[in-house]
Amino acid sequence: MWRPVTNMSAGFDRVPIEFRVNGKLYERTVEPRMLLVELIREELDLCGTHIGCDTTYCGACTVLLNGGAVKSCTMFAFQAHEGEITTVEGLANGEELHPVQKAFAENHGLQCGYCTPGFLMSTVQLLAHHPHPTDKQIRKGIAGNTCRCTGYQNILKAIRAAADAGADSSAEKVPVPQGEAE
Amino acid sequence: MYPGAFRYYRPSTLEEASSILAELGEDARALAGGQSLIPLMKLRLSAPSALVDLNYIPDLNHIKRHNGTLQIGAMARHADIENSAEAGKIPVLHDCAAGIADVQVRNRGTIGGSVAEADPSGDWAAVLLTLDTEVHAIGPNGARAIALADFFLDAYTTALGPGELVREIRVKAPAKRTGGACVAFKRCAPVYASASASASITLGDGDTCTDARILMGCVGLMAIRATAGEEALRGQQLTPKSIQAAAEAAMAAADPQSDMRGSADYKRVLVGALVKRAIGIATRRARGEHVEASHEYVGRI
Repeated sequence: MWRPVTNMSAGFDRVPIEFRVNGKLYERTVEPRMLLVELIREELDLCGTHIGCDTTYCGACTVLLNGGAVKSCTMFAFQAHEGEITTVEGLANGEELHPVQKAFAENHGLQCGYCTPGFLMSTVQLLAHHPHPTDKQIRKGIAGNTCRCTGYQNILKAIRAAADAGADSSAEKVPVPQGEAE
Repeated sequence: MYPGAFRYYRPSTLEEASSILAELGEDARALAGGQSLIPLMKLRLSAPSALVDLNYIPDLNHIKRHNGTLQIGAMARHADIENSAEAGKIPVLHDCAAGIADVQVRNRGTIGGSVAEADPSGDWAAVLLTLDTEVHAIGPNGARAIALADFFLDAYTTALGPGELVREIRVKAPAKRTGGACVAFKRCAPVYASASASASITLGDGDTCTDARILMGCVGLMAIRATAGEEALRGQQLTPKSIQAAAEAAMAAADPQSDMRGSADYKRVLVGALVKRAIGIATRRARGEHVEASHEYVGRI
């Protein structure tokens, strides 16, 4: 589905990349040192993905790359090439919240809200792998996400509720490649 | 935080990557999973002039068995190994893969990158050294196999020459009635372990220990093999007394440094406890029991 890649073995100071975010195809030329989270926030204006610690610790920058949770502060933008990215903006279906978002809202899982986008994305991956997770699996699944304002009890409660509501089935619907190139 | 500027190379074969790295010299680095390299570059502790991206080279992430040997491609992610039924047949590999950092890091980090980086706190070295492991590398002078014990030379230093890259890790299936285990303790999921212990135990007639390997991680510049600890088990029944003797010998061989993860004294006591636990789990697995083990951290259930 991707066009043949220019042979890059000669070395580049600007890297042409094409990738999808929330189903939409993008083409950009980026400086090699640009981080993925900067591409998402600064270039694409998708500011739902947060930068917390910027040191691969807190997970506020978590997005899905080809369905797997990754810390976008610890990837280069060029690594999005030929990838399918889902950010928190890609979860809701128009006005209708994703079941994981709904469960977080209903169980006070947001708290101050800063870490929420990362927790949501990790939860989506968790429920895709374990539709009915044990508490141990939940804790392991969100171990790469940190809350510094409140604690984890409401977050755990929200994830249990999302699992009970069958959030995994809609998790599989994300991402759907579609739309025009920008 | 912005890393320093660098030039980007995206070769389509490992041979090509190797020759680019050899030509560019020491300033250039290979990019595998990037979960150590990118944080170092963001802190400007590392400022390579060029990165050679290995992520678009096909056929480097296989995990398969061939003639009793498990072959793991250098670009297999920790998560690939964690979820591989084939790798899971050697449970100590699953212990390690499932315990490294957190989900997000395991989705990116690779076994080849971890081994080639040779970080003193890296997880794989101690585990793979309890097994018969070979590193298959490819470089400007062709391909070669290096026994893992000869591969690590010092902290962040391996036997790899200029432009030489890890192609595959090969692990020989353990002998019958052999069990292995890796246990580690870390303060929370995303950080390196404070200490780790890996053990391989082979049982003979009447449950006598006929062979043992004990490795400790994060308590020295390289993974430390506790040979005196192994000696304390060989030919013995695995009783609390012989296991205690092995742990004490291991603690004496540990060479921990005081740092933000704890004092040297604390780490020595910790690694002793982990060695005991690893021997215990390895022994139960050698008997055929199914036992779960992995890294542990505060806040676990």
